[in-house]
Amino acid sequence: MLDFPRWKQLWLWSITLLACLAALPSLLSVGGVNLPDSLPSPKINLGLDLAGGSHILLEANPEQVKRQRLETMEEDVRARMRQADPAIRIGDISTKDGTVSFIVADPGQIDAAREQLQTLTSGAQLTGQRDWDLQVLDGNRIVLRPTQAGIDLAISQAMDTATEVVRKRIDALGTREPTIIRQGSNRIVVQVPGLKDPAALKSLLGQTAKLEFKLVDSLALPSDVAQGIAPPGSEIVPLEAAPGSNQPAGAIAVKRLGGIKGDRLTNAQQSFDQQTNEPVVTITFDQQGGAKFAKLTTDNVGKPFAIILDGKVLSSPVINEPIIGGTARISGSFTIESANQLAIALRSGALPVDLKVVEERSVGPDLGADSIEKGAIAFGVGTLALMIFMLITYGRFGVYTNLALIINTLMILGIMAIMNTTLTLPGIAGFVLTIGAAVDANVLINERIREERARGRRVVNAVEMGYKEASSAIFDGNATNLIAAVLMFAFGSGPVRGFAIVLMIGIATSVFTAVTLTRMWVAGWLRSARPSDLVL
Amino acid sequence: MKLLKLVPDNTNIRFLRWRVPFYAISLLLIAASWGMILTKGLNLGVDFVGGQMIRVTFVNTPAAPVAELRETVGKLGYGEPIIQQFGKPNEVSIRMRLPEGSAQNADLADQMARKITAAIKADHTDARIDGVDSVSGKVSGELFKTGMQALLAAMVAISIYIWVRFEWQFGVGALFALVHDVSLTLGMFALTQMEFDLNIVAAILTLIGYSLNDTIVIYDRIRENMKKFRKMPMPELLDLSVNETLSRTMVTSLSVLITLVALLLLGPNVIFGFTAAITLGIFVGTYSSVYMAAPILIWLKVNPSSFVPTETEIERQERLAREGA
Repeated sequence: MLDFPRWKQLWLWSITLLACLAALPSLLSVGGVNLPDSLPSPKINLGLDLAGGSHILLEANPEQVKRQRLETMEEDVRARMRQADPAIRIGDISTKDGTVSFIVADPGQIDAAREQLQTLTSGAQLTGQRDWDLQVLDGNRIVLRPTQAGIDLAISQAMDTATEVVRKRIDALGTREPTIIRQGSNRIVVQVPGLKDPAALKSLLGQTAKLEFKLVDSLALPSDVAQGIAPPGSEIVPLEAAPGSNQPAGAIAVKRLGGIKGDRLTNAQQSFDQQTNEPVVTITFDQQGGAKFAKLTTDNVGKPFAIILDGKVLSSPVINEPIIGGTARISGSFTIESANQLAIALRSGALPVDLKVVEERSVGPDLGADSIEKGAIAFGVGTLALMIFMLITYGRFGVYTNLALIINTLMILGIMAIMNTTLTLPGIAGFVLTIGAAVDANVLINERIREERARGRRVVNAVEMGYKEASSAIFDGNATNLIAAVLMFAFGSGPVRGFAIVLMIGIATSVFTAVTLTRMWVAGWLRSARPSDLVL
Repeated sequence: MKLLKLVPDNTNIRFLRWRVPFYAISLLLIAASWGMILTKGLNLGVDFVGGQMIRVTFVNTPAAPVAELRETVGKLGYGEPIIQQFGKPNEVSIRMRLPEGSAQNADLADQMARKITAAIKADHTDARIDGVDSVSGKVSGELFKTGMQALLAAMVAISIYIWVRFEWQFGVGALFALVHDVSLTLGMFALTQMEFDLNIVAAILTLIGYSLNDTIVIYDRIRENMKKFRKMPMPELLDLSVNETLSRTMVTSLSVLITLVALLLLGPNVIFGFTAAITLGIFVGTYSSVYMAAPILIWLKVNPSSFVPTETEIERQERLAREGA
């Protein structure tokens, strides 16, 4: 029990030393000292609540993906039937109840239509699962119903693209080490440390950045447009009153067809209008887009066209002359910031789905620094008071307890650094609490030794019994704490997890330091001093 | 050197003597807590009901203009904000819940947070936004669900553990002590209307682990004494066990309290509620280990024989032979 052969002592000391050494880089960097890069320097990450920064949870609405998919399917069906040879005439095409359905005018062409739909409905996956189920009703109506597998894949792909776009946009802001992770089926977690203006980030991410250029339907009656009635072949697009401009809010009727979409962009930059000196966004089309834009503007000189962003009209300038250089300017009462933001959003590409901020936790750098400072002071004072308390309660054994406490602290830091875990604010609380609870094992042992002495056992025997008898309570106590910590980790989110991690590591290290290390020291003392009595 | 002894040697307090009145009081307190929780309800934070909380420091002002802030934010039409000072007089938190029936609007909480911060900054140029928490109705619902699941799972898992390691009566006793601790802590939150958020759930989970630690130390001693003193009447044996471990209970509770008080007085304001909940829990947990978890064993009729290795046939014959002789 109290027998520690040399190899075992060496072994225990090396574990201790190694874990403590791992804490060094983190401690030094807090003190402003950084080790040279050539040395391995594991470090504890500071959570956003300590370092300052933003945690943002974005969510896409899966219904939107489903709806878009139906609309795309409708377009694809129209195109495919038109391109078929001979062309298949269809009618009454609609997307209702989550399906695309249409009538094949000549029932004799049903089989030809089915064949045409073959490639549209079979999935692109390797599993051979279909993306759409095809059903023929009454001999002439075809109903296409999306399969769950197809929907899941579409959502997953949309989220992958969205994550990429989000990454590009955040990178364009020039922040350091952002974390962007997909979570669940339709969420993205974004964590950006040390961010000064979370609001700008949020508006950037909240922008879908779907850009369209469409011709204004100048024949539409203003009274009809105001009531939301569009002439055939046109649609109503809302026009928001921009702050600080005299442009009234309202709506504009634009032609459905013949426009250009923003996915033909190669670049977008914030710049200034040379005449008015207002901030604008200059965009560059790729070759195909440039040609199309040139044709659109050449054919419609003197007519207004609408620049539509995310379903809202930004501005509707009149085409003064053909624009053939492949670049265009978007005006629309921007500030420099908002123009820059739009440029970034356009450069990064449009989001395939709208993303909404469903959770945000931002902490300013001042509050974070304040938390670290106060946390460190509380930790220092608390530990010091506790060590004094242990000393006056247990004397020599209190010294061992305190030594174990210091090593325990270093080991927790070291293991956290090796595991590259994140220290959060509740984590600091977990730290303080672990220290308080870590002495419990020593208290149990010391009290037990007292008892055994009171029963008249001799010193060595009492110490031995103390360690032995206390072990079952120590084990059970730590096991229940561990259960609580594991559940906290499993169910908890963000900061609570940070607390649970510290608690778990603390439980493991405290058993090692409070039980194993102190036993080694006590054994060493007993062997060398051979005391006949204990002050305890 | 004379060492400090919180509990004198050979202390013999007859804790169990008052078990009936103490139980009556505790059951009453549990009932009162639940009455309070059900009638007054918990003051759920934005983590659980959705909405936003913004922390603002007024850099050039000695005290935050609370009345003006109330008006500025109130004007936005989301309802009346809860404005509380935290830390220094020029630091406040502004809490605004989601309006009723708007949980489906995914980014309403975000819009609210944006408008509120913009309004504050427009009215007060020295306002520094130190932190923004905004949680939508859907996310808050999930957080509440998982939080409650964690609490339930912890209570059940720990009780099962004790049942396996000890006897079923001990498992029931531990569960009872846990229900007591959790009820009283929740009751206290309902009474004081202190904000109940995700951090408090973590605090309660910690408390569950800690309180159980206390209970287990006492149970462990009870089990040991049951093996040692087979003929001792249960109330006496329980008293002996509690007294024997009393010194440890006091020293450990005090140790944890020392560190917690340091955190409470000197630690960051942001986790004050969290630390306060654990501190409160330490008292409740220590009490329940002594007065709830131990006495219940009498009523559950714990039988010392279950902890004694069963007699083999050979041993029985040897004993009979001895007794006969």
